[in-house]
Amino acid sequence: MENTKNIIELKHITKTYEDGFTAVSDFNLEVKQGEFITFLGPSGCGKTTTLRMIAGFDIPSGGEILLNGKSITELPPNKRPINTVFQRYALFPHMNIFDNIAFGLKQKNTPKSKIVKKVKKALELVDLEGFENRSVSTLSGGQQQRVAIARAVVNEPQILLLDEPLGALDLKMRKEMQLELKAMHRELGITFIYVTHDQEEALTMSDKIVVMSEGKMQQIGTPEDIYNEPINAFVADFIGESNIFNGIVTGKLKARFCGGEFVCVDDMKEGTHITAVVRPEDVQIVAPENGTIRGTVTSVIFKGMHYEITIESGKNEIVAQSVNVAKVGQRVGITVEPDNIHLMITEDHTNFFKVEINKNKELEYNDNVLDVSLTDIIKGSYFDEDGDLVDSNGIEIDTRKIRVTAAIQPRDIRMTDEQEEGLVQGYISNLIYEGDHYSYVIHTDLEHDFVVDDEYLWNMDDQVGLIMPVDKMKFTVKR
Amino acid sequence: MKKTGKMIFIGLVLAFLYLPILVLAVYSFTKSTNIGAIRGFSMHNYVTLFSTPELVNMITGTIALALGASALATILGTVGAIGSFYSKKRTATMLNTLNQIPVVNADVVTGFSICILLVVVLGISKDTFIPLVAGHVTLCAPFVFLSVIPKLKQMDSSIYEAALDLGATPFTALTRVVIPQIMPGIVSGFALSVTLSLDDYFVATYTKPATFDTISTYVVNATKGAQTNIKTALWALSTVIFVCVVLLVLIMNIRSHRAERRGS
Repeated sequence: MENTKNIIELKHITKTYEDGFTAVSDFNLEVKQGEFITFLGPSGCGKTTTLRMIAGFDIPSGGEILLNGKSITELPPNKRPINTVFQRYALFPHMNIFDNIAFGLKQKNTPKSKIVKKVKKALELVDLEGFENRSVSTLSGGQQQRVAIARAVVNEPQILLLDEPLGALDLKMRKEMQLELKAMHRELGITFIYVTHDQEEALTMSDKIVVMSEGKMQQIGTPEDIYNEPINAFVADFIGESNIFNGIVTGKLKARFCGGEFVCVDDMKEGTHITAVVRPEDVQIVAPENGTIRGTVTSVIFKGMHYEITIESGKNEIVAQSVNVAKVGQRVGITVEPDNIHLMITEDHTNFFKVEINKNKELEYNDNVLDVSLTDIIKGSYFDEDGDLVDSNGIEIDTRKIRVTAAIQPRDIRMTDEQEEGLVQGYISNLIYEGDHYSYVIHTDLEHDFVVDDEYLWNMDDQVGLIMPVDKMKFTVKR
Repeated sequence: MKKTGKMIFIGLVLAFLYLPILVLAVYSFTKSTNIGAIRGFSMHNYVTLFSTPELVNMITGTIALALGASALATILGTVGAIGSFYSKKRTATMLNTLNQIPVVNADVVTGFSICILLVVVLGISKDTFIPLVAGHVTLCAPFVFLSVIPKLKQMDSSIYEAALDLGATPFTALTRVVIPQIMPGIVSGFALSVTLSLDDYFVATYTKPATFDTISTYVVNATKGAQTNIKTALWALSTVIFVCVVLLVLIMNIRSHRAERRGS
């Protein structure tokens, strides 16, 4: 099946709302006739907004949408040969199933006998023969979803848009519907554009996946491409589970990350800053003496098909999947096959590090208290009269259950010979001259690498303290 | 012992609520001209009520006004509610607030200000009925708005978009999909308008033509007047209105009870 014709093209699509919020920025996409394409991303990434612009419910604030080469950017939704399956079905509750499905055909003044035939065929397609006279409220969620699909495909649209159509169904039903939708796509030959935040769903169903984040396309490719060769840390983290480490290339086919030197297959220049991705299923747990790095098992969770084992090595946490059980507290070694290490060049050298919360509910790093209050980093939170941290709704936040990550730019860190003045200490393990400054890698006593920019030349292996101003740090909170 | 105390209390409250109208109803079937001694059963009050042209005209006029003004108010209130529902949040909040003020505002202020604006400033004669109808529409429309808004909020807001998506024009989507969804709200808004219009005294006194009377304005004037047979006929009218209200409430309760059972 060779299809080279683009059915729909999005060119430099941007959507900025009146309040200044940009939901989608400079989005470019070409979809070929008959493809099953999925927009994948976390909520608020702009995937639904993009879909709504294709459907015509939202008008882009910039850019162009072409259908078969003709602009439909400002065409109202009722004039587009595109139909949508909505997230919560959006069936008309006051009409029976027949009238729901016939609604679109009636708008086009289709003769009655033809409507009856087409509705019958659509109901057969979704396995709901004989449901014509049932009312919407007597149907289960799964059946309602099937009616919603029938109502859309009965109009023979050129493109079918599906906005998280399986989100409201239970897991078993969802799996069934995924396969059915895929079969339906094959049978109908219509182009499907599917929106979901469920990466597994996207991987199962799509010909092509568009990974989105913060209104931008991160990567487009086949499910295999995206899983095996994620283009950046976001995609790696979002698609499947991943261990992601910052590190540096230390020699030919060698990289150091996570406190150890690993052999890998990506050939990059020595000194390149990299992000390494290792899938949990590729982490091998071995005897401590055989491991590239060593650590202690901190948690073991039974997941049915495998155990999910978390190992702490220095300041790093590694998640592994294994069919063999491990004991909490056990010392283990970790190795990874070179093939299973995916290295990406880090363009963004932002340093990320985990910050602890001490029992006085202050932020701490390397046993130094940071001069910033938790109330400043959790929006709307405050300490109540009992000294408990509560959020804007007055509900107590359990500080043991939140994780705070700090981010700081290389140029905001200063090195000093007076080691004790620094927030953390380490030695210079790498340096590269980058035109107007040197880029250093400091390997700290906490087994963490920091990238620091400095215009002066320091020597390799110098012991330094790192001065990191708190006002230059950006904090993110995960619950 | 405690239980009987409770029953007596409830009995007293109910008596306080219903005894006055019951007394009136009993007297409406007698020949008495004053509340006091009962002098024999008679239907003459009812005969007077339905045979005196002045009374019949007043009643039909009031009902026609109530139905007409309510129909207009229902259209305006519904359109307003739909408009507000699909507006941006700030506009919607502003509309909702502006709508609440006339609801809370005293009727006498509404009536008086409409009279000033339409009759004194714009010079529209009260005999055209325009000030009266405008007054009653103003009185009722905010209540229609209030009874339609919750139905819109309960509705799945994407069904309007679904209709557009299936090729319907915005107008078809509104009439075929949105309106049927909010119909219960529209109907109860209309019913509320009818009762409000029937009840109203203040707006009508300020805006009605001199030769026209609604039940309220008529009753107030008649009770001040001396014609005893008219006065006692009004006892009959009160009884009829009360019976109608009781029937209406019963029918509505039975219907909603049935709908509930069908729903579950």
